[in-house]
Amino acid sequence: MSMRTLDICDLYLSFKGYTGTVEVLHGISLHIDRGERVALVGESGSGKSVTARIVLGLLQELRSARISGRLEFEGNDLSRLSAGARHDLRGTKMSMIFQDPTSSLNPVYTISTQFHEVLKRALPSISADEARAVAAKALLDVSITEPDRVLDSYAFQLSGGMNQRVMIAMALANEPSLLIADEPGTALDVTVQAQTLALMHDLVAEHGTSVLFISHNLGVVREFADRVYVIYKGRIVEKGSTGALFADPRHPYTRALMAAVPKITGGGVADVEEASEAFSEPMVDHDAEAAA
Amino acid sequence: MSTLLSIREVSKTFRLGDHEIKAVQDVSFDVAEGECLAIVGESGSGKSTIANMILGIYPPTEGTITYREAPLPARRELIHRRAIQLVQQNPLSSLNPKRSVGASLRLALDVHGIGDRHGRAARIGKLLEEVGLPAEFAKRSPAALSGGQRQRVAIARALACESDLVVLDEPTSALDVLVQARVLKLLQELRTNRGLTYIFITHDLAVVRNIADRVAVFEKGRLVELNDTAKLFAKPAEPYTRNLISAVPVVGDDEVKLRKKLSRKANA
Repeated sequence: MSMRTLDICDLYLSFKGYTGTVEVLHGISLHIDRGERVALVGESGSGKSVTARIVLGLLQELRSARISGRLEFEGNDLSRLSAGARHDLRGTKMSMIFQDPTSSLNPVYTISTQFHEVLKRALPSISADEARAVAAKALLDVSITEPDRVLDSYAFQLSGGMNQRVMIAMALANEPSLLIADEPGTALDVTVQAQTLALMHDLVAEHGTSVLFISHNLGVVREFADRVYVIYKGRIVEKGSTGALFADPRHPYTRALMAAVPKITGGGVADVEEASEAFSEPMVDHDAEAAA
Repeated sequence: MSTLLSIREVSKTFRLGDHEIKAVQDVSFDVAEGECLAIVGESGSGKSTIANMILGIYPPTEGTITYREAPLPARRELIHRRAIQLVQQNPLSSLNPKRSVGASLRLALDVHGIGDRHGRAARIGKLLEEVGLPAEFAKRSPAALSGGQRQRVAIARALACESDLVVLDEPTSALDVLVQARVLKLLQELRTNRGLTYIFITHDLAVVRNIADRVAVFEKGRLVELNDTAKLFAKPAEPYTRNLISAVPVVGDDEVKLRKKLSRKANA
């Protein structure tokens, strides 16, 4: 069995519409080793969320999507799996955390009911009482000190930070080997975001879960990820370990992104271009250079 | 610098049945003409409530707001509405999708009776150019613009009636960083060229550090700290402020150092 949890090779995606075909991904390759936290960072429209949805097998359900390339999850070729087999992976071997925790929880069911649903994905015969016990323990793991109150609540009765913890607990409940986090905590206050990210970081390290971390926020990526891929208009423009990439960003696009982030040490608003020819330069690969 | 806006012992209480929410409690501060004052705090700290009272969307429960030394009435006169303008976070929902960009700008001119019929078209073109958009954009609908372009239109609309105080409520929070940097630059240029005064409401302390002259920190409806930007970041007096600053995700090594220093102090 390969060491890699996820291996994406030369992934292309286009959408066919009434007005023609829109190319979204132009052959991106990325991999995640077991237990590794990998970030995919880019601006809106760069193709980061569609990549996550392809890994989950959600875009494959869409008739207008044209996908090609090799996708391997724990050594299995995802493109050969049937829709049913891919469905079985979701919520068990792969799980996902979305940007806004409050809107990704169902407002008409209590947290305990939703937790039961999640646990049934892996163990269909689990009873409500058993599920409640497992859920309570999972909530304790995300530092929720009164799990019973939370389990009997609806999502709208809890704060955003609390809901985010619930989401993290649910996503890890079935011990997935891959967790996809799409802009987690972007909708939360910075202090709450910092707390939940630290919590998620510790938990995935403890469980040995691999993470595909999708974000537009370089600061958050720097704190969370082991390795980083920078994506621009459907192409990976720079990749490397977090340390190497932040110490020495070399692609013009990565440099512009870093310069554009306002600094808490001051220095004024950066003078950067929104778009430039140079952003389309070939990829900078820190790993290959380190190996050479 | 003279005082443009003065907020004195202002409180706002919302009533929901027999439940009271004290959104803003006994807040006083001044805004000097030509300055950029940032209002920061977590969600629920009362920063938008303050903005809404300044704009006259609802009156304070207690206290007074004075503009150019005259108290602002609960029902605003046209001249007040003209002088104090708003730019919101999401330009997609603040611009009417059924009006062209030009029609949105023209409405501001019509309401305040600025220019004559023929002059207005030229004025709209000039406004768009001032915010870095081609004059032809007047014909477009907001849906045909990118997020950054829409925010530029929202800024142009706030400037259309020659306002002097602009309340910016999270103006760049919905934008990508590269676009954010351009829009912040534009806001700085406009402030210098037109001598505008800004009240900049945001949760993003890194943006505040680079654009504001002074910062007011709100916690649970109270003003807990108000200081010059550089001083506040170098020596925040309140633990709440230190926590806010040290939670900002950063990219540079010197920023990491500053954060570490502050969080050590916050925990000490």
